[in-house]
Amino acid sequence: MRKAITVVILLGIGVLFMLMVAEMPLYGDPNAPAHQGIMQKYIADSARDTGAINTIAAIIIDYRAYDTLGEATVLFVAVVAVTAALYGGYEHA
Amino acid sequence: MDIIERLWANIYYLASVILFIIGFHTMLTHNNLLKKIMGMNIMDTSLFLFFVAIGYIRGGQAPILREGVVQYVNPVPSALILTGIVISVSFTAFALALVVLLHRQYGTIDADKIIALRSKRHA
Amino acid sequence: MHDMILEMLGRVLIPATQLFGAYILFHGHLSPGGGFSGGTIIGASFIFYSLVYRFTAKKHRLKHETSLLFEVGGALIYVGAGLVGILAGRHFLTNQGVFPIGEPGRLWSSGMILLVTLGIGAKVAGTVFKLFQELLEGGAEPDGHH
Repeated sequence: MRKAITVVILLGIGVLFMLMVAEMPLYGDPNAPAHQGIMQKYIADSARDTGAINTIAAIIIDYRAYDTLGEATVLFVAVVAVTAALYGGYEHA
Repeated sequence: MDIIERLWANIYYLASVILFIIGFHTMLTHNNLLKKIMGMNIMDTSLFLFFVAIGYIRGGQAPILREGVVQYVNPVPSALILTGIVISVSFTAFALALVVLLHRQYGTIDADKIIALRSKRHA
Repeated sequence: MHDMILEMLGRVLIPATQLFGAYILFHGHLSPGGGFSGGTIIGASFIFYSLVYRFTAKKHRLKHETSLLFEVGGALIYVGAGLVGILAGRHFLTNQGVFPIGEPGRLWSSGMILLVTLGIGAKVAGTVFKLFQELLEGGAEPDGHH
């Protein structure tokens, strides 16, 4: 009974998502809104400003270095959380 | 019909939606806690596919600057997804640590049995 | 419990994996890859080493201090590369006026990117190995001892 209701609701959600996907800009279209603006600046300037020919490395380490520092902090917080969950709260000798 | 033509052209987004529904169904249906965590991981992977597929330009090469290439693929969505992958790994690790704690406390990892044991213990 | 097949496999696979991971790390600004994937590959080699030698001679085991050193060292390299920008008079984490840029396409180029890639690689390798060790050893017992 619970599984039947789950499958019906998930099929409804799936049809809704498919109707939304059909309204998106076509796959591979060069005039899509995602490709206007910042992409031309990154590809044109990254070899001269940073000296790296890997554009993605130049984006995440030079133009957006502070966000990558936050992500390294997330990794550290994950390790601290796992240690505190498994070893925390007990008095060790 | 027009909708079928557009869905067939956007087939990578359609595959991402199907993966999302499969992951969601796995998370809701099974009782085992490890299978629920696997379902959450499948949902994360479907979102990564969706974002990276947005960045494709027809006729474009990989965004490593070199000679003789006229059109590059958009590098910005791929750079955003690197952060998302790290967050997915951290979340899965913490969820697994909580499953270890639950097993130590209740002796089982079946969600229905844990709820029954909790209601019996605090009755 | 000493397993001969795992040890023979380990002698071939572990150095080859670490060499491949170091290649991806050092060419992070020239080819696809970079800090996160190179660090994961080196962390996977540590996990394999720990799995092979877990039950045998105590002197081969990797201690907790190893992963701590990798993780904290990577974070210190990252923040140190940022503080060099402040000491030179510009804002935190600058690349263009402070580090030598070089010409695009060579190995020793792109200033801060090579240094930060090595720092991120060490941090991710330490994190992956430490998560594996924590989840495998299972934590403290309810009455307080390991």
